[in-house]
Amino acid sequence: MKQILAITLMNLRAIPQRLGSSLVIVIGIAGVVGVLVAMLSMAQGFGATLKATGKDDRLMVLAGGVTSELSSTLMPDILPLLRELPGLARDAEGRPLVSAELVVITELRRGEGAQRADVNVSLRGVEPLGLQLRPEAKLIEGRWFTPGLREVVVGKGAANQFQGVQLGAVLKFRGSEWTVVGTFSADGDAHESELWTDANTARSAFGRGGSASSMLAQMQSAQSLPGIQAAIKADPRLQVDASTEVAYYSSQSQQFTQQIGMLTSVVAAIMAVGALFGALNSMYSAVSTRQVEIATLRAIGFSGLPVVLSVLTEALLLALTGGVLGAAVAYVLFNNMTVSTLGANFTQIAFNFAVTPELMQKGLIWATLIGLLGGLPPAIRAARMRVVEALRGG
Amino acid sequence: MSEAIVQLRGVSKTYTRGKQSVEVLKNLDLEVAKGDFLALMGPSGSGKTTLLNLIGGLDQPTTGSVIVAGENIEQLKSSRLAAWRGRHVGFVFQFYNLMPMLTAQKNVELPLLLTKLSASQRAERARIALTVVGLADRASHKPNELSGGQAQRVAIARALVADPTILVCDEPTGDLDRKTADEILGLLQTLNRQHGKTIIMVTHDPKAAEFASHQVHMDKGALADAPVH
Repeated sequence: MKQILAITLMNLRAIPQRLGSSLVIVIGIAGVVGVLVAMLSMAQGFGATLKATGKDDRLMVLAGGVTSELSSTLMPDILPLLRELPGLARDAEGRPLVSAELVVITELRRGEGAQRADVNVSLRGVEPLGLQLRPEAKLIEGRWFTPGLREVVVGKGAANQFQGVQLGAVLKFRGSEWTVVGTFSADGDAHESELWTDANTARSAFGRGGSASSMLAQMQSAQSLPGIQAAIKADPRLQVDASTEVAYYSSQSQQFTQQIGMLTSVVAAIMAVGALFGALNSMYSAVSTRQVEIATLRAIGFSGLPVVLSVLTEALLLALTGGVLGAAVAYVLFNNMTVSTLGANFTQIAFNFAVTPELMQKGLIWATLIGLLGGLPPAIRAARMRVVEALRGG
Repeated sequence: MSEAIVQLRGVSKTYTRGKQSVEVLKNLDLEVAKGDFLALMGPSGSGKTTLLNLIGGLDQPTTGSVIVAGENIEQLKSSRLAAWRGRHVGFVFQFYNLMPMLTAQKNVELPLLLTKLSASQRAERARIALTVVGLADRASHKPNELSGGQAQRVAIARALVADPTILVCDEPTGDLDRKTADEILGLLQTLNRQHGKTIIMVTHDPKAAEFASHQVHMDKGALADAPVH
């Protein structure tokens, strides 16, 4: 232990003399960890936004066999049946707390100049009880839309990301004009990336008759779900799927999270290979620069093990320095940065990058592995050097 | 002759590179008595450094036996050989081979890290060794702050500090001017005469060899003559 510590300290003290090649390791690994953490934080943030959406005591009904609201159509004849499903909560007047909603794609502008692009945004037609159903939806500016009028309220995420949606702005969808009358927040969930309007106004403007994309309902409790699903199964007229709202939004994030996870792995792996060779090269050159010193220590009587461990420790410390640097840069640059991307509905979802301690830990594990793999072969070479040849410096 | 501390019997050393092999030492016998100061002389390529490396346990013979301090060292494995060197051999190299980032004191303490001595005992032993070589006042200097002669004295202190059985010196004055070289050789002579250290020194400099008590000349991998007293 005494030997290892002494040689390691000696190696570390010599780092300033080899600053250039030591920086290759630090910066190479900082790059890998920075990119890895940043990309994973994107998936993490996106997943967190979608998972934060919905409650487990709210029911989400879609047409049978479809996976997203946009491809789902609930025909007008089954809506009354769905409203009377058992296990749904009712308001003071005895009406079931249900909102049959229409979701359509509209276009908004994002960015300026060369960055400018028209992007798809969800316009959600909400029934009057839909607002009551979602207590998390709070008006932060202006007022709610008036049923029957072409008015929209804009989610906070959409208001931050897209142009021309400020209060009083007039938007053109399908040739008709819609006025922005308010902005709402919804605890940072996916609805904040949407525009909301009155369901019936949307149905008539978009020629959807009496149909809906989905139906949201307040269940009496989260335990009501199996009874409701059984009732649906028992009625052959109801070719629909029912799940909790939480389950629906979680499934929406899955595909994106998987894709980004794969992309992240590929990009990080390619960068890691580069950083690994950088580390190998630097440590080989460190060992080669110090070969006379190492051989002298071996001649004096130090065994191979402390030499191996000291070279490894140096590689690991440099790698970890790079890892911490990369994670810190990712945190400073990306944590809580708001962006938007296409969700499963082919519409934009705004979300924040989330650089969590777990992701930074993951980055540091990668850094450690690169340091270990990059340090081991040079360390073994250092220990196996023939002392007589190494003493001659060649 | 007093007790032999080094005994080489029928030692040959052949280096092989690819299909070529060069016999550097040929069936060599040598004995060095305890308390001797032996100068190994000879032209470049005569095999003197190879012989020194065998005696110091840095290399192993192709055939023959090398017994140093009672140990048949050609049979030791690498890690045990390293430990053996730590106990029995003090090395002095031509270019000093000090650790550039360590002070003179810490350089001298290095071999003591292999012992069970405490930090304060190590410091005390190193201080004494530096005093013996006349450099107590340079203990906190780093190698780049020392002259060539001073650096070699630190290296000698490092070789001495663990009280090894033999001192092995490879051209210890090869990088020094005449005056400084004589001072270093005088120091080695003192260590031999007053402290009874067994010293084996490779040199091609006849003046340096005069400081030794015996000289052995080598040529083409063999001893050219009997030891000169």
